[in-house]
Amino acid sequence: MSQFVINLIFVGLSFALYFGIAIWARAGSTKEFYVAGGGVHPVVNGMATGADWMSAASFISMAGMIAMNGYFASAYLMGWTGGFVLLALLLAPYLRKFGKFTVPDFIGDRFYSKGARLIAVVCLILACTTYVIGQMTGAGVAFSRFLEVDKNTGLIIAAIVVLFYAVLGGMKGITYTQVAQYVVLMIAYIVPAIFISMNITGNPIPGLGMFGTTADGTTMLTKLDGLITDLGFTAYTADVPDKLNMFLLALSLMIGTAGLPHVIIRFFTVNKVSDARSSAGWTLVFIALLYTAAPAVGTMSRMNLVETIYPNGTTSAPIDYEVRPEWMKNWEQTGLLKFEDKNGDGKINYYNDKSKDEAFLANATQQGLQGNELDVNNDIMVLANPEIAQLPGWVIGLIAAGGIAAALSTAAGLLLAISSAISHDLIKTILKPTISDKGELTAARISMIVAIAVATWLGMNPPGFAAQTVALAFGIAGSSLFPALMMGIFSKRINNKGAVAGMLAGLIVTCVYIFLFKGWFFIPGTATLPDDATGWIMGINPLGFGPIGAVINFVVAFAVSYMTAPPPKEIQDLVESVRYPKGAGAAVDH
Amino acid sequence: MSYGTHHNKDVSGYWKANVRIIIGCLIVWAICSLGFAILLRPALMGITFMGTDLGLWFGQQGAILTFVALIFFYAWRMNRLDKEYGVEED
Repeated sequence: MSQFVINLIFVGLSFALYFGIAIWARAGSTKEFYVAGGGVHPVVNGMATGADWMSAASFISMAGMIAMNGYFASAYLMGWTGGFVLLALLLAPYLRKFGKFTVPDFIGDRFYSKGARLIAVVCLILACTTYVIGQMTGAGVAFSRFLEVDKNTGLIIAAIVVLFYAVLGGMKGITYTQVAQYVVLMIAYIVPAIFISMNITGNPIPGLGMFGTTADGTTMLTKLDGLITDLGFTAYTADVPDKLNMFLLALSLMIGTAGLPHVIIRFFTVNKVSDARSSAGWTLVFIALLYTAAPAVGTMSRMNLVETIYPNGTTSAPIDYEVRPEWMKNWEQTGLLKFEDKNGDGKINYYNDKSKDEAFLANATQQGLQGNELDVNNDIMVLANPEIAQLPGWVIGLIAAGGIAAALSTAAGLLLAISSAISHDLIKTILKPTISDKGELTAARISMIVAIAVATWLGMNPPGFAAQTVALAFGIAGSSLFPALMMGIFSKRINNKGAVAGMLAGLIVTCVYIFLFKGWFFIPGTATLPDDATGWIMGINPLGFGPIGAVINFVVAFAVSYMTAPPPKEIQDLVESVRYPKGAGAAVDH
Repeated sequence: MSYGTHHNKDVSGYWKANVRIIIGCLIVWAICSLGFAILLRPALMGITFMGTDLGLWFGQQGAILTFVALIFFYAWRMNRLDKEYGVEED
């Protein structure tokens, strides 16, 4: 059986499972599932939130980022998990007590202002749409490889599947579908990781294998450092001199995680305030299972890649292009792996031709090398991993299913957040309160289609790898929504004018800063300044601008609030009430 | 809904205790991630741990494990506090 057929079978079976569960959950006892509070157990909710949360960026892109960026990529690992601490301590229990449906609901009510609600909707749409671009990029990569088509065709197929899926999955049974998706994506990630960890270190637990010892007696990380420094790359464990940007990026991802609406709304669905606290913990347990394996997958795939090209060690000659392994040929078709024989010797000369080490480069030139000849896209590392490590065909099919599950579950969650913000908060609450249920549903569907179309078009020329594009979405959410939610709970003094001014300031400054370097509204070719250390203002990378935007938001909100009248008594009582769990009652289903 | 009138104990004490616990947890959160793994790593580079240095281990694994422990600790501590002040859910 060809690999293509195996992939189709695995992807097909997993889809059948999701649709089966969606139908079962709907046809079963709808009342039990959807009445007030839903009775979703914190552990089940944690698993579903984990699937919702772990996106194409986590599944497909993150390990590749780690493989290529080494220690610096710890910022992604910590950022995307550390935010759950903020969520559990600062937001989830209080928003659960508040007991409404959407993030703009809280902001609109707490700041007693349609303007605040409207701005919250705009922030939500900007953050979620940027996030969907990252998902589409990742899903496009997965589809292009496993259906053996080029990248843009893969992207369009992904868009059609996501749209179909989101409209179907937009039903309320989605929680249980996401539990299934969690199981699929987790197995798909862990099984190859266990195989590879066994091969390299003999330890079946990848998270431990990474810190273990290889067959030749050196530790895994020392060996990797040796291999890649031989090729002129920076050592994996080398310290990063630019502490400022690493710090800001980690913090930006943390506050963005806590401010992203599609995650926050999951905590509206549990039974009690105390469940909202522990559910965040369970979510993180399920996420940590993948996140502690990710650096192992990253480091080991990098090692496998180098050892594939230099089978006799980095001091000897690389393999001939003609005898390259099958997986390289497969990935060449997608355009995500490129070979160009610059010096015409027929060998794959893979090294860092941008090394700062003059002696290393001089030596390379002396050996007749005329530049690096292999270009590997970060985003393919995880998907290519089982093939590089020569694992059986069914593992490759499994990882295809997992990658697609990760992208689909998150894209569906984001599209639901976008469409509910437009239909519920914008149209129903602000623009046209008289709209019929049917009209509201149509508006939700149209906004979903528009969001996918925009994300797909931008996904063809993404502002970065999937994980980087996603990082931009976090900056937007972290600088606009997170501070507003936090101030709404922890300060009784912030009034409507302060909140509106703060959110606007945080959002505009952050977006302008990002657009300056990444292109206005991410349209390719419209960037004003070069996106590297020479162009960054005060040396701040746009990926890590979130915390600065958040500080601006806080400062402006406090300044304006203290210059204007305090919020009315009933709002102060509302703030008082969300602080105490008693009387939370059941969350109302929407 | 009646706001904050049905509590039999000092509710502002509850909120202050809550904020104190939050700040304590956030200090640990920051030290183990932004601290050990990023800002303080140069100072910790000499400490070998798990086949690498302590700072790198925190960055790639230790911080995540700390986060999980922190959330469950907070959830447990708050459940106790809720009962102490009689503000737990029915």
